[in-house]
Amino acid sequence: MKSPIAITCLLSLAGLSFTSPLYAAQPTTLEELSDAFMELEQKVDMTAEMLEQGGTAGTADSKTHIGGYGELHYNNLDSGKKIDFHRFVLFINHQFSDRIRLNSEFELEHSIAGEGQNGEVELEQAYIDIDLNDNHTARTGLFLIPVGIMNETHEPPVFYGVERNPVENAIIPTTWWEGGVGVNGELAPGWSYDVAVTSGLESANYLPRSGRNKVSNAPAENLAYTGRVKWTGLPGTEIATTVHVQDDITQGIDPTAGGATLFETHAVVTRGKTTVKALYAMWDLDGSGPAALGRDEQTGWYVEPSFKITDKLGVFARVNEWDNEAGSSVDTKKKQTDIGLNYWPHEDVVFKLDMVEQSGAIDDEGFNLGVGFQY
Amino acid sequence: MRRFFIIIILCMMAQTAMARDVYQQPQAFINDVFNGNVPKPKMLWVTKELAPDIKEILGHELRVLRLRYWQRDGKSAWILEEIGKEQPITTGIVINDNRIEQVKVLIYRENRGMEVRYPFFTDQYKGATLHKNKQLDRNIDGISGATLSVRALTKLARLALYLHNHADGTP
Repeated sequence: MKSPIAITCLLSLAGLSFTSPLYAAQPTTLEELSDAFMELEQKVDMTAEMLEQGGTAGTADSKTHIGGYGELHYNNLDSGKKIDFHRFVLFINHQFSDRIRLNSEFELEHSIAGEGQNGEVELEQAYIDIDLNDNHTARTGLFLIPVGIMNETHEPPVFYGVERNPVENAIIPTTWWEGGVGVNGELAPGWSYDVAVTSGLESANYLPRSGRNKVSNAPAENLAYTGRVKWTGLPGTEIATTVHVQDDITQGIDPTAGGATLFETHAVVTRGKTTVKALYAMWDLDGSGPAALGRDEQTGWYVEPSFKITDKLGVFARVNEWDNEAGSSVDTKKKQTDIGLNYWPHEDVVFKLDMVEQSGAIDDEGFNLGVGFQY
Repeated sequence: MRRFFIIIILCMMAQTAMARDVYQQPQAFINDVFNGNVPKPKMLWVTKELAPDIKEILGHELRVLRLRYWQRDGKSAWILEEIGKEQPITTGIVINDNRIEQVKVLIYRENRGMEVRYPFFTDQYKGATLHKNKQLDRNIDGISGATLSVRALTKLARLALYLHNHADGTP
């Protein structure tokens, strides 16, 4: 036992015993034995209490918490084979007081960042939450937009498939964060809300994914407004809807572009070992610029049933369909079908295998392997 | 739209500021369980016999040497804590006739997943017993976005059932 607290306790216990009046003479009567036993019981209780009060950094007693997640992918597709440590993420959170806390997320993608390298180092979250009262919290900083199923929660052990689904990637676009202020909380048991005013997308080609500036010297000519209502009033059920609007998706650069509105809705239902997820998202972009490219309307949906064969093994299938040029007269719809499994040797570690087939406006096929963890 | 959002945000920020976490003080919970006639608390020491089973249930060692509980007429009440994502969730659990009579979240410190405190979630544990493999006799449907909090409460429910079987006076 190396704890200085434990050593102090033992020395104290020895000292008390040595100086105790009972040390001088051994108890001989039943009453003396009972008194000695009670005194010993008190000493043991005191010792246990002192040992239990010792806390160390990184435990629940500490105000600073470290966590994170990571995932390694192997892709074996007709379009090519590769292996990639896709993400290594560090969460550093700090509790300033009962009401005020910092949440932050620091990410390294594709192992190595820098000029000529494949990777990126990103600040994905850094915000202050202040509890206004029992039910409402104000948020300010850099935070994830409250939209979709995966945008806010995407640690590897919590979803099926080695890669994140293409619908949320291409349409929402996950993972999407902006800088600004917001308020979130509970309206009633099972009903929660989020509202936020943030920086907006800046997309010269009208595609949402390429419009993410990630709060890096980002223009703020046109702010964005997001609102979400979520219902989780039945165990195993989540239904949510998000609306996000922005006056100009090009931040005023393109006179042929106008307002942009995202509508997203989803449901996640779990009953026993079966879960079904379904999501629909749609962008509506004003202006002749987006319309000329068919990008005035961009839509996507997916349905994913899954089944937990045991606590450690689950299987899934997913049908995805998305179209970033849905306004075009040409069929530009993309489709993807996934089937696969997750194996969790521990609740926070997962091995994944899935088979992928793409069709429609894209064509690819193959399988993916992955390992992921969270802590 | 712009003005709507700003008004909503300002209205919410005008609320009185209070800490968000205490739904019931542990002593008040014990008082309710025993209708004001609270028995003297007992201590259950985490012995070498119990420690491995507790570690199996929680997935880690218990960071205390003993656990306080209250017991009368076959009913025991426990105040237990387990970390959800980062913060401990203080939970009151009542066991009666080797079944869960009540699970109540007393103090919730996480900044999300607080739906677990509502009866529509905790009522799932009522009547649950422990199998020989130390798992509950039923599946608990989770709450999306509160996976870790649900996991923590389920572990505590299993732990309370296990401890009840090893407490003094349990038949």
